[in-house]
Amino acid sequence: MSGGSNVPVTEQAGNPRVGEHGALSCGRTLSFSGETRADFEHLLTRYPTKQAALLPTLWLAQREWGWISREAVDYVATLLELSPAFVWGVVTFYTMYNRAPVGKHLIQVCTSISCHLNGAEEVYAECRKRLGNLKPGETTADGKFTVIEVECLAQCDQAPAVMVNDDDHYVITKDKLTSFLGSLK
Amino acid sequence: MSGLAPIEPVLLSRRGKPDSASIETYLEDGGYASWKKVLGGAKSGEWTPAKVTDLVKASGLRGRGGAGFPCGMKWTFVPPKEKRGDKPVYLLCNADESEPGTFKDRLLMEMDPHQVLEGMMLASFALDVKHAYLYIRGEMVHVAELLNKAVADAYAKGFLGKDVLGSGRNLDITIHRGAGAYICGEETALIESLEGKRGHPRIKPPFPAVSGVWECPTVVNNVETLCCVKHILDRGPEWFKSIGRNEKNTGPKLYCISGHVEKPGVYEAPLGVSWNTLLAMAGGVKGGRKLKAVIPGGPSAAMLTAKEVENLPMDFDGVAAAKSMLGSAAIIVMDETTDIPKAVTSIAKFFAHESCGQCTPCREGTPWMHKMLKRIVNGEGKKTDLDLLLQIAGQMGNGMTICVFADAAIAPVLSGITKFREEFEAYVAKSNHPDFALAAPEDLTNKVADRTAAGIHS
Repeated sequence: MSGGSNVPVTEQAGNPRVGEHGALSCGRTLSFSGETRADFEHLLTRYPTKQAALLPTLWLAQREWGWISREAVDYVATLLELSPAFVWGVVTFYTMYNRAPVGKHLIQVCTSISCHLNGAEEVYAECRKRLGNLKPGETTADGKFTVIEVECLAQCDQAPAVMVNDDDHYVITKDKLTSFLGSLK
Repeated sequence: MSGLAPIEPVLLSRRGKPDSASIETYLEDGGYASWKKVLGGAKSGEWTPAKVTDLVKASGLRGRGGAGFPCGMKWTFVPPKEKRGDKPVYLLCNADESEPGTFKDRLLMEMDPHQVLEGMMLASFALDVKHAYLYIRGEMVHVAELLNKAVADAYAKGFLGKDVLGSGRNLDITIHRGAGAYICGEETALIESLEGKRGHPRIKPPFPAVSGVWECPTVVNNVETLCCVKHILDRGPEWFKSIGRNEKNTGPKLYCISGHVEKPGVYEAPLGVSWNTLLAMAGGVKGGRKLKAVIPGGPSAAMLTAKEVENLPMDFDGVAAAKSMLGSAAIIVMDETTDIPKAVTSIAKFFAHESCGQCTPCREGTPWMHKMLKRIVNGEGKKTDLDLLLQIAGQMGNGMTICVFADAAIAPVLSGITKFREEFEAYVAKSNHPDFALAAPEDLTNKVADRTAAGIHS
């Protein structure tokens, strides 16, 4: 088993997406749907080792379930013949695998240097304030928004740059926040 | 020095064309001509891997990912067939563009993905590669989708797959997405990550060319470098060498200009174009304000003052002569309103967040530097903090760690404090704890004596 807490994610306090904790339980056993399973089988044909498919398989898991629970870790470990502890070690190294459920809109504000010079820290603080004084990484009570700070998004000519889920948004200054947040339904 | 004339765009020649990412428009514009030419002449022996390598060597092309290592020479480090036996050779295209301020590879892949793929194909031919991987950073979700479509189209047209264009050669390309880790742009960390592990850089030697991914000979090249390879094969090494400041700095180069300029963006110019020309291309400093400092190659590079950067040739050797580096040509412009201590703190936060954690000096040093800088800009700095920061930085770099991340992390701190010390001192002077210096030795002695008297040490 992947270790960590047995406490269901709904009962965890704080900021589980980036907090210090073991893998959280989603409370049920998981396995890929038929379509995802087919994508997984295709992945295996592209690498000489099963282990090399780990990052893409975790992406499939996140696409399917939205986040990486301990059950997802156990399932991926079985698929790739790795230990759950190893898989969890990889999950925690990379910032983009969600370790807890996130809101419908995951707002990722870049605060690296070019965005910093264009007022990104203010945008990040104001964004959290407007959504109900969210702590970094916190999700709104209605489950709609999670706001996090991220490193450079390679959109430095469009600073301050923001990503919502997989989509890029350009030049999100403090003045534009009202229309920007309003566009996220 | 500033005499390098602007050039017709080469790498960006298809920017702004409708549907420039599709294989149809790429073919209309003469794309894949070099790939057809090389494969067509492979059976007769007119084109050999050695010939392609020699052309790239002759062009003087230096890697565009940051280190500026000669590309052709890197290729020759792969052991010949008799020495490597049955082991396949792998080509990895490094598209993990994560250095803050860098956004040229994203543009190349978004605008002209087939240009990147053709470069990978030609390099694969030169290196006898059967399967090449493009490692793209996790954040570029839509770019990865676009590349996957481009790869599928290339297979459909017979440019990839088995017996490519009837040459008897096989070639596969796979797009591999990272998941958010700056360090994976370091080539051995990228290799570890591709193998399905945490992105921990490896100790060198062995170098990847001898033992890289899956313990096989591996070449890692940046996106822009591989695009240059395509154009060298199209137009020849002499043409490539005719662009650029001198023999050691050749070809067209993409410069990413961001921060306080009127028109931030990617600009193509001869390698070695002068700073003043570049700044003019980007519309000058924002709002006509005065220039304060420039980071010439992403936060890993030491910052330069306005005076130092004046007329500087922006190539590998020119920027190195000014004791900084061109890196990925991520030029971050800071005007006179910039608060340097705050900018350095922002950069220090980045490095503290992205240290992979393998080596103690880096894992512990980067958060310490960030913590101290944060304390200074929050008005709680100590008089001794500045020298302590310089001391910590001195203990982290110069070969103390497996990779050069620690050297990158200390560059902005060292250059910031050295060149703009008065700004840091102003913060400390206003500090709530200006005299919160280290306790004098006699104070400590007294405390120890008190504790002993109280029986604590007995």
